[in-house]
Amino acid sequence: MSEIELWILLLLAVTMLSAAVMVLLVKNHIAAVAAASVVSLGLALIFALLRAPDVAMTEAAVGVGLSSLILALALRRLGLWRLDGSKTKTNLLEHHVENRDG
Amino acid sequence: MIPAVTPELILYTTAIGLIAIGLAGVVLSSHLFRMVLALVIAEAGANLMLVLAGYRWDAVAPILTSRAEPAAMVDPVPQALVLTAIVIGVGIQALAVSILIRIRQRFATLDRKEAAERMDAEIAATLGAPRDISQEAPLGERPLPTLPADQINMRGDSP
Amino acid sequence: MGSLTGLLFAGGLGFMLLAVASGLDFGAPPMLIGSEIQAHAPQQTGAANIVTSVVLGYRAIDTLGELSILFASAVSAGLVLGRRHTTAGTQTKGGFILQSGGSLLFPLMMTIGFYIIFHGHLTPGGGFQGGVILAAAFFLPLLARPGARLHHKSLSLIEGFAGASFILIGLFAMLEGKAFLQPMLIQDTLGQLVSAGTLPLLYLAVGLKVGAELASLLSRLIQTEAPQ
Repeated sequence: MSEIELWILLLLAVTMLSAAVMVLLVKNHIAAVAAASVVSLGLALIFALLRAPDVAMTEAAVGVGLSSLILALALRRLGLWRLDGSKTKTNLLEHHVENRDG
Repeated sequence: MIPAVTPELILYTTAIGLIAIGLAGVVLSSHLFRMVLALVIAEAGANLMLVLAGYRWDAVAPILTSRAEPAAMVDPVPQALVLTAIVIGVGIQALAVSILIRIRQRFATLDRKEAAERMDAEIAATLGAPRDISQEAPLGERPLPTLPADQINMRGDSP
Repeated sequence: MGSLTGLLFAGGLGFMLLAVASGLDFGAPPMLIGSEIQAHAPQQTGAANIVTSVVLGYRAIDTLGELSILFASAVSAGLVLGRRHTTAGTQTKGGFILQSGGSLLFPLMMTIGFYIIFHGHLTPGGGFQGGVILAAAFFLPLLARPGARLHHKSLSLIEGFAGASFILIGLFAMLEGKAFLQPMLIQDTLGQLVSAGTLPLLYLAVGLKVGAELASLLSRLIQTEAPQ
């Protein structure tokens, strides 16, 4: 692997790991789904760098596209589709659900 | 001692970091939807780990471009495995999400402890058994009260 | 207390995996099967994409099992969600841009989906990727016009037909005196569109099955009742 690939890998790794932490810590559920798809996108790029174009293509189509779509649709059906997460009281890893009574 | 930054260090750290973060999320998160997201993260890490197992230095992608003797290629078997694993992953995810939708409809909560509590309460109410089910003595080990036939709720409607 | 145990568990697992990984020889896979397959795949399957010959040739029964897992999960997701069409009409329609964009993109996405499926034995891609793109193509109009409905009966017909033809191609190989799902009809035209014998047909079946399954799953998910 060349020098530039190493730097790209480092950048992708930092992005993916921080996005993965963000998935668990961010208040807003839509932002969490977006962060999960960032992880998938970085993974697809890493697969492409690892000479696995088939897997990269699958991950790009399934992980970035379809999976985020399913999760976003589920958010609407779960009643968690809210653009501002400010009303939700959250501390570390404690995601309280608002309007529990439906 | 700081190890030199090599590609394998970065890649293995990413894969293992994703698995660890995902599993920590599955164990720790109290919200059921975050649990599904954490599972997605852990699965991504596992897929990366598998592809790493087949990587070869200075090799080309496993696609022939000519009839000539092929250059060194990366191992195609783990790639084929991951290809199917990704598609299975999205199926599992859809199943998990639809179960979440049903839990939300039935118990009106997505908090893990609360949902488990309400589920326990409902099971206890349906069976007519006492509520205090401890883990040491699960419900199956004690004699159940016999129910009259018309009280057995086969369809699972809410009482 | 519980969260501490969880963190300890995750950290310990990460450390264990790191210890295992540090013993591995990165960049030199110890598996012998990979190089064996590379050496013989062009003659035995005729596909230029070696991942395709692994997925549909050497490990085709795994792919069949994978298709059945996908089928089982799609069916059970549909079963759990149930049949609800009550809110389909009450959702707001998409705007003009979304509607015309959906109509414009539909034929393009169909084309690229089938292109990826039919070239799965030559270039990266194949039934899984193309099938997902087909499902997305059928899902786009649904997003623009929530009242529109996919024809579930024809979708399940396509799905069943594709799954049955995958197995029938495998049985046909047995009829010829070969193993189940062994590649047949291999021409000596590596790199041409018509090459690799039955592999493109198998990938077409996989693509149609995956596409129909995911499309019906998505439409079921969008038609489920929203909580009040």
